[in-house]
Amino acid sequence: MSIETYERIRSNPKFQAFVSKRNNYSIVMSILMIIAYYGYILLIAFDKPFLAQKMGAGVTSIGIPMGVGVILFTIVLTWIYVRRANTEFDTEAAEIIKEATK
Amino acid sequence: MSVSLKQLLAGLGLLALAGGAFAAGADLGQTQQQATNWTAIAMFAIFVGFTLWITKWAAAKTKTAADFYTAGGGITGFQNGLAIAGDYMSAASFLGISGLVFANGFDGLIFSIGWLVGWPVITFLMAERLRNLGKFTFADVASYRFAQTPLRSFAATGTLIVVAFYLIAQMVGAGQLIKVLFGLEYIYAVMMVGVIMMMYVLFGGMTATTWVQIIKAVMLLGGATFMALAVLFQFGFSPEALFAKAVEVHSKHDAIMGPGALINDPISAISVGMALMFGTAGLPHILMRFFTVPNAKEARKSVAWATTWIGYFYILTFIIGFGAVVNLIPNPADYYVGGELAKGLKGGGNMAAVHLANAVGGNLFLGFISAVAFATILAVVAGLTLSGASAVSHDLYASVWRHGNVDSATELRVSKITTVILGIVAVSLGVIFEKQNVAFMVMLAFTVACSANFPVLFMSVLWKNCTTRGAVAGGTVGLILSVVLTIVSPAVWEASLGNPKGSALFPYASAAIFSMTAAFFVIWLVSILDNSEQAQKERALFGDQLTRSETGVGASGASGH
Repeated sequence: MSIETYERIRSNPKFQAFVSKRNNYSIVMSILMIIAYYGYILLIAFDKPFLAQKMGAGVTSIGIPMGVGVILFTIVLTWIYVRRANTEFDTEAAEIIKEATK
Repeated sequence: MSVSLKQLLAGLGLLALAGGAFAAGADLGQTQQQATNWTAIAMFAIFVGFTLWITKWAAAKTKTAADFYTAGGGITGFQNGLAIAGDYMSAASFLGISGLVFANGFDGLIFSIGWLVGWPVITFLMAERLRNLGKFTFADVASYRFAQTPLRSFAATGTLIVVAFYLIAQMVGAGQLIKVLFGLEYIYAVMMVGVIMMMYVLFGGMTATTWVQIIKAVMLLGGATFMALAVLFQFGFSPEALFAKAVEVHSKHDAIMGPGALINDPISAISVGMALMFGTAGLPHILMRFFTVPNAKEARKSVAWATTWIGYFYILTFIIGFGAVVNLIPNPADYYVGGELAKGLKGGGNMAAVHLANAVGGNLFLGFISAVAFATILAVVAGLTLSGASAVSHDLYASVWRHGNVDSATELRVSKITTVILGIVAVSLGVIFEKQNVAFMVMLAFTVACSANFPVLFMSVLWKNCTTRGAVAGGTVGLILSVVLTIVSPAVWEASLGNPKGSALFPYASAAIFSMTAAFFVIWLVSILDNSEQAQKERALFGDQLTRSETGVGASGASGH
C-alpha cells in the first residue's frame, strides 16, 4: 500500500471519527478494568473485615465470590471488546479502506 | 567481584521473605530430593517423544526467518490463545498459587487476580496495533518511525534483560522440581531442559514452540480440571461444603476465608499491581506471539482466548488449593514429613497440588501431573529463548549491525547460533543460581518489562510527539530505576547486604509505581524538548503509522504456506 493510500484514508472524515470512537471505547474499557482491580486491592488494603464477613449462615466470605467475580469480569470485558472490535469496528475500517482504494 | 555479586544475589533472594509472597511471585524454593518416580519419568518421556516428533514436522516447515520467528504468521487466534496461556501458566503459577491457597486460603486468590488483569489492558490498547505495525519482534513496532540503531539496541537490551531474569527463575525452578517430582538430581533437570528446549527452537522455531505450548496448555488445563472436579465431587459440587471442611481442618481455621497479611501497605500493593498489569504488556516472549497470527482480528481473538483460559485456570488453582487442604491435612501419615503436620508437606509447601493429584487420582495421575509440571517449564524456556534469539538476530544483527542488508537465510543462521548460545547461557545460569532463592526474579522481570519495554512501546504507538531521543532516554531511565530500586529496597539492602534496619533508600515491595512513572515522564519531557530535524521527521511520520496501526493497511501479512 502506498503513502497516497494512507493520505486518502486520513483525509476521510470517517477515519478520524472511527479512530476517536474506538479509542474512547478502549479507554473506557481500560478504566473499568482498572477500577475493578484496584478497587478490590484497595478494599483489601483498607477494609479487610468487610471482605472477611460471612454470606448468610455458612463459612464462605464475601471476598471469595467478589474475587472470582473480578476474574469473570476480566474475561467477560475482554470478550465484549473483542466482539465489537471484530464485527462493528472491522466493518467500518473495511469501508474506509475501500473508499480510499477505489 | 564474584563474591560480592553472589552476596548481592543471595540478598535479592531475601526479597521473597521481606516483600511478602505477593511481591516475590510464587516461589518454588529449595527442595529435598525424593524417591525416584518412574511413572512420572515415563510420562515425561512420552511428552518429550511426542513433542520432538512435532518438532520434526515443524522443522520441514521452518525454512525462512519468518517461519522461525513467527511460524509464517499461520497460527489461528484460538491456537495462539492457548499458546499464550501456555506461556503464562508457568509451573510457578500452578504449584505456587495452589501452594499459597493451601497455606493461606483467600490470599492465593488475590495473587492470581493480579496475574490476570494485565490481559484486558493488552487487548484494549495493544494487541491490534502490535499486529498491524509489527513483523517479528516488539522492536519492529517501537522503532516503526524512529531511528533504528538506538531504538532497536534499547529494545533488544530490554528483551534480553527480561529474558535473563525469567530464564534464571525457570531453570532453577526446573532443577528444584525434578528433585521432588522425579527424584532425580538438580543438574539433570538443568541439562535436560537446556538440550530439549534447544532442539525445539533450533529445528522447529516458532511452529514447534507454539505447538509445545499448546500441548502443554491442554494437558495442564485438562489435569487441573480433573483435579478440581474430583475435589468438588467429594463435596457434592458445593463450594460451601468444601470451604466448611477446610475451615474445620486448617490450622488457621476461619482466617483462610478472609484476606491475611498479603496486602498491608497500599503503595506496595498498587506498585506490585502496576508491575503485573503493565508488565504483561512488556514481556517480549508474549508480545512476539502477536506476530504469529495472520491479522488483527485473530490477534484480538488470541488475547480473548488467552484471558479466558488463564482466568479459568486460576479459578481451578483456587479449588485445587482448598482440595489439598481437605485431602492432605487429615492424612499426615501419607503426605507430611515424618507423618507430622508440624514438619510440613513432603517436598515442601508447593507440592500441595502434586500430593492432591495422588489423593484424587492415584499414582498414575500423580505421574501425569508431575510430568505436566515439568513440561511446563520446558515450554516456557523454549518461548523465552526464541524471543531472546530474535532480539539478537533480527534487532541487533540484521537491523543494527547490517542495517537491514541481510538475506533471510543468513538471519536464520544467526538466530540458530544465538539459540545455541542462549541454551548454554540458560544451563550455566541454572548451575550458578542453584543455591539461590530466585523467586523475586519473575517479579523483577515484570518490573523491568513495565518500566522499560511497555512505556516505550505505548508512547511510540500512541503519542504523536514521541521521538527517538525521548523513547530511548525514558526507557533507559525506567530500566535502570527498576533494577536499582529493587536492590535498595529493604529486603535486599538491609537483610542481605547487612545494612542497618531502616537504612534502605526505597521502602516498598515493588519499584514499578516509581520506575514506570519516571519512564513515562522522561519520555514526555525529552520528547517535547527535542526539536532536532530527526524529531520533526518522526512526528511527521506519525500520521502514516496511525493509519496503519488503526486500519491494518500495509500490515505484514501471513507469509503464505
